[in-house]
Amino acid sequence: MNVANLGRRYTEKLGAVIINAIDGLGSVSSFGSKFFYWFLKPPFRMKLFMEQMYFIGNKSLFIICLSGAFTGMVMAYQVYFGFKLISVDSLVGPVVSITLARELGPVLTGLIVAGRAGAAMAAQIGTMKVTEQVDALEVMGIDSFQYLAVPRIIAGTLSLPMLSSLFCLVGNVGSYLVGTSALMIDEAVYLSKLGEFMFMEDMTQGVIKAFVFGFVVAVIGTYFGFTVSKGAEGVGRGTNLAVVWGMISVLILDYFLTSFLVHIL
Amino acid sequence: MMENMEDAIQINNLTKTFGTATILNELDFNIPKGKITTILGFSGAGKSTLLKHILGLLHPTSGQIVVLGKDLATLSPVQLREFRRSFGMLFQYAALFDSKTAFGNVAFPLREFTNLGEEEIEKRVSDLLLSVGIKEEAFHRLPSELSGGMRKRVGLARALALSPQIMLYDEPTTGLDPITTKMVNDLIVETHNKNRGMTSIIISHDIKATLEISDFIAFLDRGSIVEYLPVSEFKKSTNPIVQEFLNL
Repeated sequence: MNVANLGRRYTEKLGAVIINAIDGLGSVSSFGSKFFYWFLKPPFRMKLFMEQMYFIGNKSLFIICLSGAFTGMVMAYQVYFGFKLISVDSLVGPVVSITLARELGPVLTGLIVAGRAGAAMAAQIGTMKVTEQVDALEVMGIDSFQYLAVPRIIAGTLSLPMLSSLFCLVGNVGSYLVGTSALMIDEAVYLSKLGEFMFMEDMTQGVIKAFVFGFVVAVIGTYFGFTVSKGAEGVGRGTNLAVVWGMISVLILDYFLTSFLVHIL
Repeated sequence: MMENMEDAIQINNLTKTFGTATILNELDFNIPKGKITTILGFSGAGKSTLLKHILGLLHPTSGQIVVLGKDLATLSPVQLREFRRSFGMLFQYAALFDSKTAFGNVAFPLREFTNLGEEEIEKRVSDLLLSVGIKEEAFHRLPSELSGGMRKRVGLARALALSPQIMLYDEPTTGLDPITTKMVNDLIVETHNKNRGMTSIIISHDIKATLEISDFIAFLDRGSIVEYLPVSEFKKSTNPIVQEFLNL
């Protein structure tokens, strides 16, 4: 095969990948935009919404607290040993706190929710799809998107900022305990520096990110549930894609949100 | 074609294509009101596609479908969703909501679409479940705790909850043992006879079961109706494809 043909083959493959990616992005965006049409339309199914809040929120508490505590504790150590070299170890508290509020809180919570709730959404809806339960809703005259996706997307969007805030709170407690008991930073210094360098904008940035991540993770989870086909194998594939794309979206969006929010906040 | 109120469904020159594949090819037939009509055919003949058109879940590439005097193409999505409540459907594997009990499944359409109080719903659901042969001790079992036959019964009770004018059965006996097949057939006939004026449409490839319970049979082959006759005449059909199917 000559070089020209080889080049053409790879260009075609690359083109196909790009087209598929744009096509997929378009499909998810179109699916997500349906939410804005349906979420204000009655009937409002509070029970379904509360069930999803319980599943995404309450059922994630343990893993969020565990991850938050250890992230805060580990960060306190890492920051301390770096800062000690330049004699600013008293700033461990605010640095950990700001990092948690602006970045690690929303991003790690987003990744955890994508892995836990995003996968569950895709698996639940996907199973309903292949067992014709979604068709049964449609035949009864119920819009399956409104019934299945809307409560999950609202619950995801509202749960994630709360979980992220909890992650930050627990992380700060972990950092404080390690900083003051293991690293011997003076308690009063730790707290006063925290008050001096931590601002409301840091929290706001994290909460905004968490809202966006919650919405995107829930849209992706439900999207891959609705697009499941080919039985149990399809459900497995849809669940896997929901987790992978949920996590990738959180990471990519984090960059764009950060670059945008640092200019306006 | 004139709309005939004696027909529950009129299908006029219905064609459906997906890409270059023609799934339904100029179908033109009417389904009479108050009778049991079976749409029979091999797998891949287009039966499920036709069913989805009748329900308004798919739109024709060309042609017209008139159900209970209403041209589905003229209905808005909201009207279409409301109109679908005139249908009840028993799915091949019952399609019960697996997070709800037998009782919860049957109560679901009543809670969604009626203003009945919980007491009235409880009474209606109990009557429906008992009428299809579900005993009280099974009311609060999840679908995973029910046998295949029981699931079909619960699915039928759920489909009948809103007193539909048209009842659709998608492959109701496929994959069932002979005893359960007979039970389902009896249930279809019993349901049809109990609900006077109800139109029943069965989508099936089970010729034996179909011949026993249908009033009319339409034979669908590769997207076209090749025979459509009352069951007594269908048995005598000389059409070679029908003959092949009858002799299987």
